[in-house]
Amino acid sequence: MSAERARTATAERPQVAPISEIPARLLFAASGRESLPDYESRGGYRSGGYEGRELIEAIEAAGLRGRGGAAFPTGVKLRAVAGREGVRHVVANGEEGEPTSIKDRWLMRARPHLVLDGLLRTAAAVGAAQAHVYLSDGPAAQSVAEALEELGTTPIPVRITRVEPAYVAGEETAAVRAIGGGPAKPLDKPPRPFEAGVDGQPTLVANVETLANVPLVASLGPDWFRRAGTEHSPGTFLLTLSGACRAPGLYEIELGTSLGVAIERAGGLICDPGGFLMGGFFGGIIGSRALDLPLDYGRLRDEGSGLGCGAITVFGEDACPVAIAAGVMSFFAESNAKQCGPCIRGTSAMRDALAALSAGPAEQPAVIERLQGWSVSLRGRGACATLDGAAGLVTSLFREFPDHVASHLAGPCKRCSAEELTPDPTTRFSVPISDQWGGGSG
Amino acid sequence: MKLRLELTKCEGYGNCAAHLEEVFELDEWGYAMLKNDGDVPEGAEDRALRSVADCPVHAISVVG
Repeated sequence: MSAERARTATAERPQVAPISEIPARLLFAASGRESLPDYESRGGYRSGGYEGRELIEAIEAAGLRGRGGAAFPTGVKLRAVAGREGVRHVVANGEEGEPTSIKDRWLMRARPHLVLDGLLRTAAAVGAAQAHVYLSDGPAAQSVAEALEELGTTPIPVRITRVEPAYVAGEETAAVRAIGGGPAKPLDKPPRPFEAGVDGQPTLVANVETLANVPLVASLGPDWFRRAGTEHSPGTFLLTLSGACRAPGLYEIELGTSLGVAIERAGGLICDPGGFLMGGFFGGIIGSRALDLPLDYGRLRDEGSGLGCGAITVFGEDACPVAIAAGVMSFFAESNAKQCGPCIRGTSAMRDALAALSAGPAEQPAVIERLQGWSVSLRGRGACATLDGAAGLVTSLFREFPDHVASHLAGPCKRCSAEELTPDPTTRFSVPISDQWGGGSG
Repeated sequence: MKLRLELTKCEGYGNCAAHLEEVFELDEWGYAMLKNDGDVPEGAEDRALRSVADCPVHAISVVG
């Protein structure tokens, strides 16, 4: 199949495939939604595994880390909530704000019972009185509601809260605020949700992919879980691959696999890579050296990048990283919560500066100096991590592509002038979601 | 004494920095930045309380 045909085909229906060496744990290629009998026949909702405090210990021993982006140790989070007095809540966070990620919606549309099984086991383990599923995607909400109907009563009541989609809506304090009836926008911290979350009560907010791993740890144990992945990043993860690759889509692969191997197994690239957008838009950009790096939370963090929610976008050699950064910064300037002054003003200022750098040579040494200053001074100046992500994007541009930046001092960049000045990065980089994943009309 | 600054509330009035430059600094757009993690130096407690009271949007509070 030619590259062009492959792109056309996948634009209609993204690839969903395990590319791990071990049997896939979370993902299967069959289209359609997994029903309750299907899930039970795969071993779902079965009792007899780790439960309660023992489940928390098993999750700690498994080394499961949050798959929403922060990679925080899940066991630590569970223990913190279980140890607090009050009416505890657990939230399955399926509000997938990163525009290049599709894995949470796939999980909820295609495997709602896996998510609910994880949610109910986790809620029982921390002694929660109420469980929540928090999302924006309509078909996913329908799929989860159908799954709850199939189950009838659940040991702990589960409530679905649906919000309008927004980049910041998936942040944990935004989730807590929206479930309480407020706007889906982040709050200042402390308190963190484990201290005061839904209704001011101790609340565990966990990404739906994180929760999807819980039934597996509960049934098969931490040693089994650690058969995939690395010591500090055990298990598999869902990789959303988009951009200049032959088969953009959703894949499951062992943590620790190199990016180059992952891309090869996913069908390869359509051209030589110029670089990658990492972790949705949150991990900044990285050069083609990333091909040799393991997809491991700690290792990528050490390199100044991040795996985040597991979404990676490839851009080709014909794209200028300065223009890519300008496009993503325009997204941050548009999509921030519009709450914290330094974020509103800072992302706009960085967007304008990157656009100026991309457009032409005038005043560029001053522009570069200002950008470098903001990339340091704006860190930690927002209530959520959006501004840190925006500052980190600039840092990564200067670190990974100094020659490209320097070439803009010499004169207009041909690759930049071929770009639209403010491309919409959400449509440009995203993978279309298939309506064949179940959960209604899509 | 320790002060907390809520980033979602600050609108850049700048009264805090006028009262207590040891703890508050304003960025290029006028928004407040907390120095020394909000620790108020000894002897500056009265001015710290004025910075709390004079913030029109109640972005500053005493936390310890």
